Amino acid sequence: MQDDDFMNPGMSAVEAGAEVFSEPGQNGKSCSSCHGDGGGKLNTGNIAKYPIYSDKLGKPVTLQQQVHACWTDNLGNEPLKYDSSGVLELEVFVRNLARGQKVNVQTDGAMQPFWEKGKEIYHTRAGQLDMSCNLCHINYPGLKIRANTLSQGQSNGYPAYRLKNGKINGLHSRFNGCYKQFRAEKLPPGNDDYVALEVFVHSRGNGLDIETPGVRF
Amino acid sequence: MKKLPCILTALGILVAIPADAGDKYCVWKADNLSINESLCGLTGSAERGRKLAYERKKGNCLACHKMPIPEEQFHGNIGPPLDGVGSRYSAGQLRLRLVDMKILNPMTLMPGFYKNPDDLIRVMKQFQGKTPLTAQEIEDVVVYLGTLK
Repeated sequence: MQDDDFMNPGMSAVEAGAEVFSEPGQNGKSCSSCHGDGGGKLNTGNIAKYPIYSDKLGKPVTLQQQVHACWTDNLGNEPLKYDSSGVLELEVFVRNLARGQKVNVQTDGAMQPFWEKGKEIYHTRAGQLDMSCNLCHINYPGLKIRANTLSQGQSNGYPAYRLKNGKINGLHSRFNGCYKQFRAEKLPPGNDDYVALEVFVHSRGNGLDIETPGVRF
Repeated sequence: MKKLPCILTALGILVAIPADAGDKYCVWKADNLSINESLCGLTGSAERGRKLAYERKKGNCLACHKMPIPEEQFHGNIGPPLDGVGSRYSAGQLRLRLVDMKILNPMTLMPGFYKNPDDLIRVMKQFQGKTPLTAQEIEDVVVYLGTLK
């Protein structure tokens, strides 16, 4: 289903994103003005590196945050909530352009402390059911919880279409979905802890092909 | 029971009554990897325990353990199968595993069903201060597991 563009339900979000990409913002410019029609001038190898370290901000920046920064600063639009449909569709469109590129997230140098923070969060138990990401996704993938098979929890297909809720899901929203399962409090998508977690989770997929939009349970 | 503190306070009498004595955390003691005394001295029922084993919002044991509960499909296999577990472990040993399996295996995926809620972090509001199973429910499951010979 995922490999057939006509059957992949996530492709409608890609198409929606393509429209937004060419729409002029409040100041008359559109994404296409700088990045070319359909994102033709974008370097897909660079897209595969996100989240990248921003010297200006002194911390990592996710692809969605980068897109959103352009959306407000360069196009003059009103800010949008993280993982809300407008900016999420743009992220899906842009990352889909890099489909087939190998995930290539930096983990050393300036990125290292944030990668370590993400790794720490990944290994920290939380919630009433006292679980952590590593237990399902590093220790026990392949085993079955009821009828589901535990996966490695890779993010190379994100934002992905989830059959569970019938729509495109951003990665931070997916983190919240997991935390809900072990009765842990959600965090607001876009917060620093989830950005660090995204650095770590994406880096676990270094070398895998980007599959956005993935089709997942 | 909840109106009593108000009446007493109105009469000028300050009384310390726990807000809901039924939810008080039963203090337990592990001795040689076994919790020999039943929580708060409660007695369990195997019939209730069996139901708790497959209810998703309760024990949900079938999520990870294969059990002799044929009417439910798709038992998980993350934990060991529980057929015959009543012959392998005493009630005290079973109780320890239910209360907090992390005592035996720090890398376990199994929730601490009677772990002290104060030791948990970032718990969803509606579950704060509560254990996944009550003391009575733990005792029910212990008795039920004891019947699996």
